[in-house]
Amino acid sequence: MATINAGAPSAQGEPTHTLSTSDKPVVNDFSLQVATVNGSGSQSANNVLLRSIFAMGIPVSGKNLFPSNIAGLPTWYTIRASKHGYVARKEDIDLLIAMNPETAQEDIESLRPGTVAIYEEKLNLRQFRDDVICYPVPFDQITAEVCPEARLRKLVRNMVYVGVAAQLLSIDPAVVEESVRRQFSTKKKAADLNWAAVQAGYDFAANSLVKTDPYSVERMHLTEGKIIIDGNAACALGAMFAGVTVVTWYPITPSSSVVEQLIDYLKEYRLEPDGKASFAVVQAEDELAAIGMVLGAGWGGARSMTATSGPGISLMAEFAGLGYFAEIPGVIFDIQRVGPSTGLPTRTLQGDILSTAVLSHGDTKHVLLLPCSVKECFEFGIAAFDLAELLQTPVFVLSDLDLGMNNWMSDRFDYPEKPINRGKVLTAEDLNRLGGFARYKDVDGDGIPYRTLPGTNHPKASYFTRGSGHNAEAKYSERPEDYKGIMDRLAHKFETARTLVPAPQIVANGTSKVGIIAFGTSDYAVLESRDQLKKEYGVATDYLRIRAYPFAKEIHDFVASHDRIYVVEQNRDAQMLSLLKLDLPAEQIVKLRSILHYNGLPIDARSITTQYTQQEEL
Amino acid sequence: MATSSAPTPKVNRLGLQVLDYRGGKTTLCAGCGHNAISERIIDAMYEMGVQPERVMKLSGIGCSSKSPAYFLSRSHSFNSVHGRMPSVATGALLANKNMLGLGVSGDGDTASIGIGQFVHLMRRNLPLIYIIEDNGVYGLTKGQFSATADIGSKLKSGVINDLPPIDTCSLAIELGATFVGRSFSGDKKQLLTMLKAAISHNGTVMLDVISPCVTFNDHEGSTKSYKYMQEHEEAISEAGFVPSFEDISIDYDPGTTYDVEMHDGSHLRLRKLHDDYDPTDRVAAVKALMEAHANGEVLTGVFYIDPHKPAFTDMLNMVDDPLATLSEERTRPSKKVLDEIMAEHS
Ligand SMILES: Cc1ncc(C[n+]2csc(CCOP(=O)(O)OP(=O)(O)O)c2C)c(N)n1
Ligand code: SF4
Ligand SMILES: [Mg+2]
Repeated sequence: MATINAGAPSAQGEPTHTLSTSDKPVVNDFSLQVATVNGSGSQSANNVLLRSIFAMGIPVSGKNLFPSNIAGLPTWYTIRASKHGYVARKEDIDLLIAMNPETAQEDIESLRPGTVAIYEEKLNLRQFRDDVICYPVPFDQITAEVCPEARLRKLVRNMVYVGVAAQLLSIDPAVVEESVRRQFSTKKKAADLNWAAVQAGYDFAANSLVKTDPYSVERMHLTEGKIIIDGNAACALGAMFAGVTVVTWYPITPSSSVVEQLIDYLKEYRLEPDGKASFAVVQAEDELAAIGMVLGAGWGGARSMTATSGPGISLMAEFAGLGYFAEIPGVIFDIQRVGPSTGLPTRTLQGDILSTAVLSHGDTKHVLLLPCSVKECFEFGIAAFDLAELLQTPVFVLSDLDLGMNNWMSDRFDYPEKPINRGKVLTAEDLNRLGGFARYKDVDGDGIPYRTLPGTNHPKASYFTRGSGHNAEAKYSERPEDYKGIMDRLAHKFETARTLVPAPQIVANGTSKVGIIAFGTSDYAVLESRDQLKKEYGVATDYLRIRAYPFAKEIHDFVASHDRIYVVEQNRDAQMLSLLKLDLPAEQIVKLRSILHYNGLPIDARSITTQYTQQEEL
Repeated sequence: MATSSAPTPKVNRLGLQVLDYRGGKTTLCAGCGHNAISERIIDAMYEMGVQPERVMKLSGIGCSSKSPAYFLSRSHSFNSVHGRMPSVATGALLANKNMLGLGVSGDGDTASIGIGQFVHLMRRNLPLIYIIEDNGVYGLTKGQFSATADIGSKLKSGVINDLPPIDTCSLAIELGATFVGRSFSGDKKQLLTMLKAAISHNGTVMLDVISPCVTFNDHEGSTKSYKYMQEHEEAISEAGFVPSFEDISIDYDPGTTYDVEMHDGSHLRLRKLHDDYDPTDRVAAVKALMEAHANGEVLTGVFYIDPHKPAFTDMLNMVDDPLATLSEERTRPSKKVLDEIMAEHS
């Protein structure tokens, strides 16, 4: 239990201040931020802290805010523990661990009064603020004592703050030890050294700090049976269990770890007993080639994919259109990030919605899947491959940096119930029976034609693939009626897609005239904001989460049955709202309003609540 | 009516007629070099007895890239986007490495917009026959210079090219292609022999085939015209080819002729026409190309060949069956595997 010694002299002999927040204990509900330097190896320490809280049974989330830099620039890692299960970013920090001397002053000056600050004693941060709770720690000295090897100290130092925080927050040391050993499971010596550093920090806090803050961790049982994983690993797993066979890529943050982790998984689980691979991975020369290979492989019959981010999507535009017109399956994971070139490539954004939906020239429309969680990354990862082959078209899975590169708590992933669906593919036997086929003919009335794969051993199997200029028999044609016929069938196919893509999640309906629509990682902030609106304003809201484009009928119905709809998204230009406008009848469009967030940080609940109450004039 | 007098049609070793290798009627200009190349491809595939269903035709955009519609209509074909045939071909061959890949491109498609993908394909030694139908201009967009146009060559409009050409052959050799040669659409025998050898090769075959554009680049002052080629073609070697399914006992003189055993057991016999000719020596090959260029000659023949270097698809250690048709049992790991991974993350 936290003891509150408001006003009593601290172990350092300086008076602590009586702070309003410290009046009552705050259990399992805080946001802790570690300010460090990129490349200092703090990630392991942060993981240990996150895992320890998770192992104590408390819902927890971790967000890494890092620069586009290999080493030396400031990095912030935020851990949020929430007994309510809130995992969105929280604007306000409750505890700061200031490990970066460069930013320490700025870091402490930005805190609200009453926040906790743990820092290297020598920085003497108390001089800047007398209204925060200060825990100076001689990190360098403690580190030097436990780690005789000077070159390792930079890394080990981080484990000292884990120990300090664990003690102050009453995290069970046995749990921390387990997390440390798990983190360094293959390296016993490193585990021992790091654990010693944690203990040293723990002991220092126990002996030399007097706890004056209200925050603590108490055991709960809300994480039992759950896992922690990042979205990119989940996408990779989805691809592997979808039976991906050809993977191409060109490295780009934040998507690289999709393929890097996929390669590891494939090597582990997809080598056959004779050591041969049931897959091929190619690092392409650029994204033009990556998507070209995906389409070549999809055309050739493989389950093919690539992973990229916005700049790569831009480069893929021409091929995406070809894939649409020539009706070739392929899966593109787009881990969205902030805008072009140098600047904020390591910050999150839902910035590719509109451009990807219509990527390329001419009339193109693409299927987009919009996962909000790691579990959906896995499930949509699998669904994307089935949909791509069912619909014979490129399918985009739009994740984002926040989801892709951060660790998320989740229920375990379920093994796919349905077998792999390869869509309408004719074999040589089929052709014998049918006597031939027309590649682009709508035989079944769903807009989806039949295809054959190269290598099908039948004289009537082949067809000629090209862009817009073809008729139903895949013969070259520039005739107006042929082009229009193909375009109308493609539109019809997209209508079929509406019924096949993941339906929206209707979280609440019928409680209000006002509805919220969101998608992807905005979900967490929306859920929390709805609670805030309820608690603070007594306002109930309906909520629907879009999970795919084209928009299912339920989305139309939801808009139709409300007076006002707030579309929450993480971009400046209201891209999803614009896309909805293209789909909705005119009288519905006027109902749409925007709640936007676009500063590179994941959206938080308070931003939504504020914008909502302003627009609703509450 | 008696039919007994009808002559039995000629067939190849698969029992297929040359007709089985034909394509749609060409829509290219009469006399276009590309048409002659299509004819040679048909002859080569027929004579080699390649099952048409085992061939994939890949192309970019241009008059040249349209030509796959005019041969081998029993083969799957993909007329993709401008300059990006290499990536499409790479993907297609990964999906099914047991297919014979035939890529057709133009000099614009390859040496300008497509140069990036071209160099990387060469570097990977993808098992693909890559044919550049080289006319020194962009035919389909009506005759602008391409990057293979020679310095000083003249457009119909009188515009003179003042930038040096990219030599796709020396580039391919330097980058790692394992069968590199140049020919001329008007040189039936040489082109056919090189194409048959190409079919027997495992690795990237890069053939730059000078293919005059009769509409935009066949005039006086062009260095890619029929007349210019007749006057300046200089063969580095004379190629003979003995397919694996024929008797190889034909004599040759080892002092003047290189005998190259191909991947499929066929033999390519290259009789020296130049003193320093050595088709296994990359440096010599590039040197010969540069010297010929300096002398105003268009060097043709097989410049470089290495039948042993592993092809890209071999280096990937893929299973023997095509990835395209692997069963679910082989591509979706079991529930046990997922449980194991979930446990690791809990
Ligand atoms: C991205 C893109 N840019 C430009 C074009 C226009 N274009 C079509 S064919 C061509 C040049 C083709 O030249 P080449 O490859 O030499 O073929 P040729 O017609 O001479 O056989 C160009 C520039 C295009 N189709 N796509
Ligand atoms: S324009 Fe030139 S390249 Fe095109 S078809 Fe005519 S002759 Fe051939
Ligand atoms: Mg050309």
